[in-house]
Amino acid sequence: MPKPKVAFYWCASCGGCEETVVDLAEDILGVVEKVDIVLWPVAMDFKYKDVAAMPDKSIVATLLNGAIRTSEQEELAVLLRRKSQYLIAYGACAQLGGIPALANQFSREQILKFNYEDCPALVNEKKTRPQIHFEEAGRAPHLPEFRNVVRTLDQVVDVDFYIPGCPPTPKLTKAAFDALLGGKLPPKGSVLAPDIALCDECERKATKPTNVAFTEFKRPHQALADPTKCFLAQGMVCMGPATRSGCGAACTSGNMPCTGCFGPTSRVRDQGAKILSSLCANVEAKDEEGIRKTLAGIPDPVGTFYRYGLAKSILRRKVDLAMTGNGH
Amino acid sequence: MSAKKEELRIGFYVCHCGHNIAAMVDCAVVARYVETLPGVALSRDYKYMCSDPGQELIQQDIREHRLNRVVVASCSPLLHEHTFRGAVEAGGLNPFYFHMVNIREHDSWVHTDRGEATEKAKALARAAIQRVAHHKALEIKKVEIHPDVLVVGGGIAGIHAAMTLANAGKKVYLVEREPSIGGHMAKFDKTFPTLDCAACILTPKMSEVGSHPNITLWTYSEVTKVDGFVGNYTVQVKRKARYVNEDLCTGCQDCISHCVFKEPKFADDFNEGLGKRKPIFIPFPQATPQAVLIDPEVCLNFKRNKNPDGSPVVGDKCKKTCVEACGEKHAIDFTQKDTLQEVKVGSIIVCTGFKTYDAGRSPAYGYGNYKNVYTALEVERLVNASGPTGGEVILREGKNADGSPKTPKSIGIIHCVGSRDKKTNLWCSRVCCMYSMKLAHLLREHTGAEMYNFYIDMRTPGKGYEEFYNKLLEEGTHFIRGRVGEVTDWAMTPEEEGRLVIRVEDTLAGVVRRIPVDMVVLATGLEPQADAGEVRRLFNMSCGGDGWFLERHPKLAPVSTFTDGVFLAGCCQGPKDIPDTVAQAGAAAAEALVLIDKGYIEQEPNTAHILEDECSGCKSCIPLCPYTAILFDEGRKKAYINEALCKGCGTCVGSCPSASIVQNLFDDQEIFSEIEGVLAYD
Repeated sequence: MPKPKVAFYWCASCGGCEETVVDLAEDILGVVEKVDIVLWPVAMDFKYKDVAAMPDKSIVATLLNGAIRTSEQEELAVLLRRKSQYLIAYGACAQLGGIPALANQFSREQILKFNYEDCPALVNEKKTRPQIHFEEAGRAPHLPEFRNVVRTLDQVVDVDFYIPGCPPTPKLTKAAFDALLGGKLPPKGSVLAPDIALCDECERKATKPTNVAFTEFKRPHQALADPTKCFLAQGMVCMGPATRSGCGAACTSGNMPCTGCFGPTSRVRDQGAKILSSLCANVEAKDEEGIRKTLAGIPDPVGTFYRYGLAKSILRRKVDLAMTGNGH
Repeated sequence: MSAKKEELRIGFYVCHCGHNIAAMVDCAVVARYVETLPGVALSRDYKYMCSDPGQELIQQDIREHRLNRVVVASCSPLLHEHTFRGAVEAGGLNPFYFHMVNIREHDSWVHTDRGEATEKAKALARAAIQRVAHHKALEIKKVEIHPDVLVVGGGIAGIHAAMTLANAGKKVYLVEREPSIGGHMAKFDKTFPTLDCAACILTPKMSEVGSHPNITLWTYSEVTKVDGFVGNYTVQVKRKARYVNEDLCTGCQDCISHCVFKEPKFADDFNEGLGKRKPIFIPFPQATPQAVLIDPEVCLNFKRNKNPDGSPVVGDKCKKTCVEACGEKHAIDFTQKDTLQEVKVGSIIVCTGFKTYDAGRSPAYGYGNYKNVYTALEVERLVNASGPTGGEVILREGKNADGSPKTPKSIGIIHCVGSRDKKTNLWCSRVCCMYSMKLAHLLREHTGAEMYNFYIDMRTPGKGYEEFYNKLLEEGTHFIRGRVGEVTDWAMTPEEEGRLVIRVEDTLAGVVRRIPVDMVVLATGLEPQADAGEVRRLFNMSCGGDGWFLERHPKLAPVSTFTDGVFLAGCCQGPKDIPDTVAQAGAAAAEALVLIDKGYIEQEPNTAHILEDECSGCKSCIPLCPYTAILFDEGRKKAYINEALCKGCGTCVGSCPSASIVQNLFDDQEIFSEIEGVLAYD
């Protein structure tokens, strides 16, 4: 019997998700033993035409990481969806937009103008911007188009499962493979991680007082964190209460507060709004001046509360542009 | 019964409310539109849905058309949600398979374009239709009412409310901030228009309160915390140290006469600072309870510094002649500390009263600058037989030729000081016209002085009040219509030398007049207490823009508040005279009795509950609950909501960072489908 075919692909991402696959360490041998990897650009050489040539649904599962920003990423997402029985959004960027989605605070024009004209470290006298088609030295390369906004994978194509994290942990990845190969998959649309917030598995949970009553907020570089005490009790924003568990409380064990990469629980529509509602309601000051002073400790609310979830959030984009257009 | 298992059959009714809705919303068009929506089995418009035939229509349709959901678009749910839920239940459905749309207050009453108002009604109806599909069957729970009542404030309102309840056999806690009950009324000399002696009618009631077996009287005490909800309030009361054991003190006052201070030296608050008292004192002769207290700020046995807990440090400098005088009774206890006591009650009557306008805020009238300018309350004490002068009206400044204290020969009373004025308070304080005339009568009686009353309008609506005005006119009191411009000592004629001149435009004569007098009385208006805002928050009440506590309905629920089980009486709700205050106090007591006699309340099932498996135990919700209904289960490390305490405010639901709290009637599906419904309409 031929081994089931599996594909890995990356879109707008940093490569960290690929690292996790490698981090499976010896377990990866078990995976390789059981499956045929038919696409994995980070490790092996494949051509698009090879993928296009595969019969539809011939890949059992594609683990796609990264958000969708360019026309190329969109094309590959559509193509892999067609070729795969299961399409799995792998990691925070594919699931929620991730760090790349913070760019949704700015319009396409703002981004291009800064990066090709205004950036202080740039030398580009002609203010040349990337072109989809151009000719130079007898060649006519074709570049992908830069879309208006960053999208999650499920804003582009139908997604079967999600493996959360920035990056997902090897443990969750292995569990997903086991479920996939063992045919023990949960209902479609599930996030393959526990559906309870991080505090549940955080060792500091017991040290959170009943009434945190925030009087100030500090960022991790502004104070030495007590390695045993709940970060919120220390006045540091910790996304734990609004973030799905399953990472083994990796950051809080390493004395850093949770930044929310596992995304919200299934019941939450907007992770940032939820933690905002909770934190702000617990600010001790009840007068405007006092509230303003306390919240001044969070200079970048979007980057703090929507670090991974901006594309998936219910917030409108900087400019309400069509999701698929390019602004022209 | 769930929407998934059986076919959805929604009945929709749009009410004309006579012309109230129908004049601005085309009800027939709305009904025809809703008929086309998915899940709607029938859709009707009807003239008065709340009428008996209207309710009967719903019941009949449920039976004949097998409806399993009902939506009525009519007035505010506050008015008729209860009515329609009843009709739905009578028709054989769970009453919570009903949803109400407000197209009167939210639509017809606030719009002027019939076409657009009709479109809005359609959008609102669609939202309700989408929402009601997700409604679940819920059960109303009954909660017992604790039969005891807390009355806050021991003025005439609190006294009357407490006595009414106590006489009905109910246990009452009466908490008063001052060392004695009696409030402002105890300071008045006579009461208008009958000129009854205030003390004669009030003090018997005060001592009745003091000795009533059903009343626990806590004076010199303040409510510091209120938890719980109608029927089950837990109230924390701070009992301030009076350094005298109230139970041991007999009120003999030997301690006062034996105090090392031979003469009273310190300003006496009860007499508006006109008299003096010793460090150990009783506020006034008929004070209830009859117990003295010590002012640690001036008593020599206390040092001027404080202990870490805020209590004054006891010294050992004084000879403590008071303790000697007290002898075997051992009532004096310098080590007494403030204590906190907790009581459980089912209902609360707030009668925290008013303060008088600070006359210093109207500098043109010279209060504080000219010694012979008085406030009305000062004059109440001045004319009182047990007041600081024994009822003799003598001026603060000036002597007769023989060196004896001077009695005024002419007196001006200025009405509306701090009332009916954009610069101070807009409201009419309601009692000043009457008390000003009362004081004019009393001052004339005491001194034979020429009396001038300066008024803007005379307001005497009340039984026997206009007759009292006529009496004053006959007595020869001069009434001059006009708001006084200023009070000055700048004399322009020899007659004005050494006197106070009242400058006023006499608007009836059309001339500006200067009237020299020996004494000026400012009829200061009534204002909310300085700490009314804190009291309001403590009892979860609302207030108007002016700061007076807000009744639930100005006409139909005048002593209720928006918090169930908390009632209002007296001037904390707005300026009023003694008869109105007493009537309101009786009404508030009756409202509390209604609750107690019913014995239970039905609780709206819009309560929240924790999804136990999903709760991460982050505790974010716990401090936010205004009803302290959320506890942390230390065993399971998860939050837990006491459903009996939950009032369905939704605060915890909104704040739960992992959305692990769900509220009946407001779950995400219901709310989002409603939002989608209202937005989907175009």
